[in-house]
Amino acid sequence: MTWGLESASVRFGTRTALNRVTLRAEPSTVSVVVGGDGAGKSTLLRALVGLVPLCSGLVRRPSKNEIGYIPATAGLYVDLTVGENLAFAGGAYGVRGAELIKRSSDILERIGLSDARARLGGQLSGGMQRKLAVGMALLHRPALLALDEPTTGVDPVSRAELWRLVSAAAAEGTAVVATTTYVDEAQRASMVMLLEQGRSIATGSCSEIVAAIPGRLGVVRSTAQPQGLSWRWGTTWRVWAPSNDLPEGAEPLQPGFEDAVIVASLSDEQKVWRDARAR
Amino acid sequence: MWAMIVKEFRQLKRDRRTLAMLIVLPVLLLVIFGYAARFDVPSVPTVVVGPQAEQVASQLRAPFQVVEVDPNAGRALVESRLRDGVAVVGVVTGRGALLVLMDGTQLFSVQAAEGALARMAQAAKASGAGAPAVTVQVLYNPKLATSWIMIPGLTGLILLFLGALITSLGIVRERQSGTIEQLAVMPFRPWDVILGKIVPYLVLACLDLTVIVVVGIALFAVPFAGNFAVFALGALLFLLVTLGMGVLISTVSQNQGQAIQLAIMFVVPQILLSGLIFPISSMAAGVRWIAYVLPLSYFIDISRGVMLKDTPITALWEPLLVLAGMAMVVLGLAMLRFRRDLAPSTRRSRVMAPGPGPVST
Repeated sequence: MTWGLESASVRFGTRTALNRVTLRAEPSTVSVVVGGDGAGKSTLLRALVGLVPLCSGLVRRPSKNEIGYIPATAGLYVDLTVGENLAFAGGAYGVRGAELIKRSSDILERIGLSDARARLGGQLSGGMQRKLAVGMALLHRPALLALDEPTTGVDPVSRAELWRLVSAAAAEGTAVVATTTYVDEAQRASMVMLLEQGRSIATGSCSEIVAAIPGRLGVVRSTAQPQGLSWRWGTTWRVWAPSNDLPEGAEPLQPGFEDAVIVASLSDEQKVWRDARAR
Repeated sequence: MWAMIVKEFRQLKRDRRTLAMLIVLPVLLLVIFGYAARFDVPSVPTVVVGPQAEQVASQLRAPFQVVEVDPNAGRALVESRLRDGVAVVGVVTGRGALLVLMDGTQLFSVQAAEGALARMAQAAKASGAGAPAVTVQVLYNPKLATSWIMIPGLTGLILLFLGALITSLGIVRERQSGTIEQLAVMPFRPWDVILGKIVPYLVLACLDLTVIVVVGIALFAVPFAGNFAVFALGALLFLLVTLGMGVLISTVSQNQGQAIQLAIMFVVPQILLSGLIFPISSMAAGVRWIAYVLPLSYFIDISRGVMLKDTPITALWEPLLVLAGMAMVVLGLAMLRFRRDLAPSTRRSRVMAPGPGPVST
């Protein structure tokens, strides 16, 4: 079964937080939603798991028994021990007794917290807390796992461990949807959505998004900012020519995924600006 | 320093609730408490029985307010009226001296009645007329001990504070940490979460209540004359109201500071307006109605009645019924408000809640 949103919109008063967004979450895949602060990532996940009502569109989600969700803020009780947190998550989904012990031990081993069972959640480092939260969300083996910025503020090693955990869940059949502000993390996903101001500006695999870049990309080796749409890249400038006409002095460049994200954003701005002028 | 002052005023301006507490509340409380804080009792409900009942009743002046006259009844009727809270003073007439029975749980009314009797005797003596011999007996609290009437009320006040404050803090903490969103996604029904939150505090409050009553009896020699089951029923209903208020407070508070503010605003008026300190009958009519919407007023009726006077459940049906009604209303409202946190996607008809199978909306 494929879960997800179809042309889903969410409004808070007069503000449109999500504008006709379509996202498909297939079993055994990891979908990542990339966007800056305020792009609508959390709203998208909250709409997917049923925390926010849609004003139009369609949402397909499994029953609550089959959803695992961690919000951006927390994910665990800081005044409960690691073991108690897992026991609560198990109890909420009807995982008890020997099965709870078995699954908890398995999760703790995978997240490297086997020796921290008696430690309070609040005594764990930020990375450990997020790993435990993901572990709690996975304990009942959900069909859909929704993770809101699981790696924000987490050290690189813990980030890698977290993604390993998420990938393992997907390998076991879970449909994973995660949001992130880190562009490099998108490359771990089989499907990526770039979200900006509540709108999806690009969707597909990383290579599809890169391949879909309109115009040409070039590099300018100078300290002065070149003409046209450009951005700093180390000691050089990247320049994007929507109409394929690179400025003088620019060498053509094969774009990477990060370039594609910036171009998608610029392209969207241009389109919005053109649309506004046309109106 | 100027920057600090400006910043502080800007922050205060945005925190409307604190601003209201600082400006409106003191004036409001002063006016209300000013009219409520009165020890003088203008009227003392009185029942007169015995052969000369009619004659004696016609001679009684304020503060005595004759509510029943029965020449065919005796002391038994007076005791039952005092026990059930219908009257505070009962006059038993007969061949000899007048026997005046008083309800010692109504401290200020008894003092007013005693003062009035003394004045009547003095007036009779001054006019040369022979004053009838009067024997006064104070029932239920013969030494008019303040602790005896305060302890049953204080148990309620402590439960009120515990119930409203601790419950609201527990839920607000869940909201502040963001875990309430996880609870909303978990397969819990709103009732599961509300009861799951309330039951531990209910158990704790019941233990607390037992400890307070036992300590009150041991330290202050307060009697427990009545039926514990009736007391427990009243306490349970009262606790449901206070815990429901706690949930309600939590649903309109974004953080623990706001929850504490609201809990204080809920608890403080009850200290002065519930009859715990000042008799409700002494309050100005304009503020007396407030006493009748406060749950503590009804719990005090029950706890003083049961502990000190062995008032039976048949005479306490009114406060028990009011508390039951309040519990239903408060818990119902709390439930409705709490549902908005826990099942927001069901608010609009176009969006269906997740069912057992795949959901389309």
